[in-house]
Amino acid sequence: MENISEQTVKAFDIEEIRSQFPILNQTVNNKPLVYFDNAATNQKPQRVIDSLVDYYSGFNANIHRGIHTLAEKATSEFENTREAVQRYINAAEKEEVIFTYGTTDGINLVAETFGKANVKQGDEIIISTMEHHSNIVPWQMLCEEKGAKLIVIPINDKGELLLDEFENLLSERTKIVSLVYASNSLGTINPVKEVISKAHKYGAKVLLDGAQASAHLKIDVQKLDADFYVLSSHKMYGPTGVGILYGKSSLLEDMPPYRGGGEMIREVTFEKTTYNDIPYKFEAGTPNIADVVALKKAIEFVEEYGIEQIGEYEDEVLKYATEALRPIHGLRIIGEANEKVSVLSFYVEGVHHFDIGQIMDSQGIAVRTGHHCTEPLMNRFGIEGTVRASFSAYNTIEEVDKMKQSLERVISFLRK
Amino acid sequence: MTNQSIKEIQDEIIEEFSILDGDQEMSNFYIMELGQKLPDYPEEKRTDDHIVKGCQSKVWLNSSFDQNTVVYQADSNTAITKGLVSLLVRILSNQSPDAIVNSDLFFMKEIGMDRFIGTQRSNGFASMIKQMKMDAVALKAKVELNN
Repeated sequence: MENISEQTVKAFDIEEIRSQFPILNQTVNNKPLVYFDNAATNQKPQRVIDSLVDYYSGFNANIHRGIHTLAEKATSEFENTREAVQRYINAAEKEEVIFTYGTTDGINLVAETFGKANVKQGDEIIISTMEHHSNIVPWQMLCEEKGAKLIVIPINDKGELLLDEFENLLSERTKIVSLVYASNSLGTINPVKEVISKAHKYGAKVLLDGAQASAHLKIDVQKLDADFYVLSSHKMYGPTGVGILYGKSSLLEDMPPYRGGGEMIREVTFEKTTYNDIPYKFEAGTPNIADVVALKKAIEFVEEYGIEQIGEYEDEVLKYATEALRPIHGLRIIGEANEKVSVLSFYVEGVHHFDIGQIMDSQGIAVRTGHHCTEPLMNRFGIEGTVRASFSAYNTIEEVDKMKQSLERVISFLRK
Repeated sequence: MTNQSIKEIQDEIIEEFSILDGDQEMSNFYIMELGQKLPDYPEEKRTDDHIVKGCQSKVWLNSSFDQNTVVYQADSNTAITKGLVSLLVRILSNQSPDAIVNSDLFFMKEIGMDRFIGTQRSNGFASMIKQMKMDAVALKAKVELNN
């Protein structure tokens, strides 16, 4: 809350916010849409949609190196988004902001470049039990190639990281700690600042998977002292196909390039190529210009209301939903950490999550069912999957009531 | 052998679903209700050999031969899939192997099966039908061999 007094933010008027999201104004199976699948991807305000149209109808051109007017305009809008992201995550320099295709792409980039250059046989990489497959598989591949070891931080039954255990796992062999900031399946907000400071004592570098956290929490990569931070635009009101990799400039400069191609070079001869400076060294080929340009509008949407204010509202919805669902007989909430983003995962004894999801859909309610790309985490809880309702700024407690009614109906039907 | 042909049973199902008037919610509940009426699946047949491969939900299928007709028993761990499977059992069980193999399951299009299984589960449903037809062929061949 410390920043809220410094910034002037627009008052949080839920109707006014909802009116900015055209997709919400529709019926699904003849019922008003209730969109609770925000952790998978959230919806886009009109200004983001307009921005895509404006780009293609007004200034579509390939960026950098063009001397004509459209190319200049496209380049400057593209670079403006870089600055907006820099501000959003509080990076020290705009060159530390690299455009990727998404969180998965960002993690793979770090594993393939920093990882390959720095991880050797016998070294260790630490992840946690609650990681998304995207933050498991790239490290597994790296470990396999290098003969390194992948180590997993355990969690408690509430879905919280066991920090003491983490400390015991750290050693001089630890080269990378890659941790989710907020869990997509549980909602748990991890104590990343502490994790980073402990890891740094052993010289390990830390990557934070910010896919889920970035639309809900104030991100400050400098304050956290994160070495790498990755996120996806489409989980924070922006278009799909764009992600951000933040890296400390000292690390990015030393890292070998990732993909070879245009833009990432300084000079090419058939004998040798020299590479461009950061961030361009990691942005080979024509990037996703339109979506990058529109991402700035998504950031502006969040900044207009203030992420703290949005987060507080989402917390209220989460709290209401948690208390509404908890008394349901046989319902178990998976993820009861003290610090959570607005994700509510649960299962009901004797009722399969697919059935719940399908019945809810027939009532216009979109939730996600299954393992949420966190199979090892589901194994940890001894379950196949959950129903996950996740909330964004435009969701309401009336919508939560509808979900509860729908859930009670399917449960009573299947238990009769 | 059952008195009704595969076509007649399908016509009956189409008629039943038409009463629901395309209401997705009511249709889902109706399908779950059909699943609840499916006879109990034999526990000793709830093994990996009986799991239909390619289904997102778990589906068990047991096929046996009785008086020149194939008898199917099935179950699923999800209520909606169980209901959908119960439709196939109702249509194909107690029919001759030839009728099963040559059957045209037109009811799926007529009742709008896509609404219930979606694109992700349609492959699983196709696997189920394929397995039922393969079992019919295998059972017929086995009987002919023994004769």
